[in-house]
Amino acid sequence: MARQLMVIMVVWSAFCLGTAGLSPAAEDIRLGVNAELTGSKPTVGDSCKKAMELLAEQVNQAGGLRLGNKSYRLTLFVEDNEDKAESAAAAAQKLITQNNVLAIVGPNASGNAIPAASICEDAQVIMISPWSTNPKTTEGKKFVFRACFVDDFQGQVMAKFARQHQQAKTAAVLYDVASEYNKGIAEFFKKFFEAAGGRVVAFESYTKDDKDFSSQLTKIKAAAPETLFLPNYYNEVPLQVQQARRLGLTCPIIGSDSWGSEELLRLGGPALEGSFFSTHYAADIATAKAQKFIHEFETKYGKKPDDVAALTYDAGQLLLAAIAKAGVPDRRRVRQALATIAEFEGVTGKMQFKGAGDPLKSAVILQIKNGKFSYFSSVQP
Amino acid sequence: MFPIIAQNILNALQLGSVYALIALGYTMVYGILTMINFAHGDIFMVGCYLSLAAALFLLGLPLHLPAGLIFLGALLFSMLLTAILGVAIERLAYRPLRQAPRVSAVITALGVGLFLENFTLAILGPEPRHFPPLIAMTPWQVGGLSLTLLQLLILIVTALILVLLDLLVRRTLMGMAMRAISDNRPIVPLMGVSVDRVISFTFALGSAIAAAGGLLYGLAYPVLDPYMGIRIGWWAFISAVVGGIGNIRGAMLGGFILGAVEILTPMVLPSSTYRDFVAFSLLLLLLVFKPTGLLGRPLFERV
Repeated sequence: MARQLMVIMVVWSAFCLGTAGLSPAAEDIRLGVNAELTGSKPTVGDSCKKAMELLAEQVNQAGGLRLGNKSYRLTLFVEDNEDKAESAAAAAQKLITQNNVLAIVGPNASGNAIPAASICEDAQVIMISPWSTNPKTTEGKKFVFRACFVDDFQGQVMAKFARQHQQAKTAAVLYDVASEYNKGIAEFFKKFFEAAGGRVVAFESYTKDDKDFSSQLTKIKAAAPETLFLPNYYNEVPLQVQQARRLGLTCPIIGSDSWGSEELLRLGGPALEGSFFSTHYAADIATAKAQKFIHEFETKYGKKPDDVAALTYDAGQLLLAAIAKAGVPDRRRVRQALATIAEFEGVTGKMQFKGAGDPLKSAVILQIKNGKFSYFSSVQP
Repeated sequence: MFPIIAQNILNALQLGSVYALIALGYTMVYGILTMINFAHGDIFMVGCYLSLAAALFLLGLPLHLPAGLIFLGALLFSMLLTAILGVAIERLAYRPLRQAPRVSAVITALGVGLFLENFTLAILGPEPRHFPPLIAMTPWQVGGLSLTLLQLLILIVTALILVLLDLLVRRTLMGMAMRAISDNRPIVPLMGVSVDRVISFTFALGSAIAAAGGLLYGLAYPVLDPYMGIRIGWWAFISAVVGGIGNIRGAMLGGFILGAVEILTPMVLPSSTYRDFVAFSLLLLLLVFKPTGLLGRPLFERV
């Protein structure tokens, strides 16, 4: 009896060992998320985190990412960068040294993405920023990418829009001088608006956390511009627009992709009606791929994805496409694969990489109509 | 040029009002305890959120109350609750440390400030809140000047609070006790006055005034977030120092000076980028020539 039992046990354990040897090892690919979960733009960080979690869940439910005969589960490590430059760098550092991630998605705001990008470049870890449009994020770096267009393009789009569609001969700009994103795009707008024969009659700034803009707006009102460009974040624009209207400034107001959060509409209300801004995608003319994403996101979280969510999803998928193309989860080879993606169709449209970190892609202009974002026009690069 | 100057003076009065109301809290606590209550900016933030809660509650009632009544209700509710918060903070965090070195109290105050910020963050989440417009914002055009009812209301409520506070401190027994403690604390208990009660009263008063500032600020700048008290707190603290910390009329004056510096500096400079740099250099110069602030008294015995 005892002998029989022993034979059964030996056979059984041999079977276990054998199957363990045959089945693909359950390995994982570690990805970092460096997001603005607290601080002044929490909606941005929240969208970024949610989109990455959705993607990881989808991939893992489908059995993981298959490379050759191995399949890899995606494991996410989410860090809060508190919307501060120094915390963004520290979060990147932690993801690299403690969690040993293959790649990092985020930060989103350029002020955070630029310092984090230097850390990733030095450590030779891939970083993809979904939403950072400032040229400095990827400038001179091999391992840093983005899923969005760049501010020279966006500044040009809005300058052209103001000159041609709005027929404005004069413009005023109010921007946050302490933030890389706002400052960069304000300067590009000024350059292209003046190159197109317009005149910037007031170029005023403020500093992060300011809530009173009455002095700058009074100055702008005195310069009587035909359009006012506010390349600032969704939590500040409502105050600026309300204060401008209260001071009797009646000219049209235009903005940039930092407006693209539903929070803008909630905080700004009717004061924003009729304004235009440039951004990454329009939910109302979505492609089949975008509609699928919008539906899945809405089912899981009960709200519509904003542009940060869409761009993050694209950043994640770009990364997966590059890993699949490279065939192994190796940082250098994935980087090489990513830099040469010739054509990628994401939620926010078609992208193309030509050896460097910035994709070629188009922009859309949205108008705020009846308290909603609605599609106005598309601009090709 | 004249309408621009007049408009900016009006803008400066609006912002200065809020600074003055918050600066009072810093100055009163310093006057009595010679301690800087660094949590005061965050007490202001809590007051702002409490008045938002009250306003939303009153707006949600099916009574269709007039806006003025909602404003008054929110004002009284947030002043009362914030006063209780101020007293509780003093009782729980500062009183046990009253005999400890002054540095301990300052660090505790910073800690209380961080606690209030993160507590608000934890229960309300990081999304900014929108303050409903209770007061009509349609601007009236008066001789090239844009004026709103809200601006008038801010100026009137602030003026009322400043006058009432001045009367309270100068004409009532409690006010006399406050002045006595600030003048010579060891002697006050000998006169049969409870120092603890006067200190509690001071915290209640300072916090209630900050809450009133919070409501006015919320109406004027209707985007609220848990960190909103930090910047305002610093500017109000500097207002108190410029006016002469410990001196109530000084804090009022300092608030309006800081408001004017913030608004008028960009007007005369070619670019608003240098505003904070120029503004603070001016204040530094003032303190070099008058270290006790504009209305402060030199205190030789306390070094």
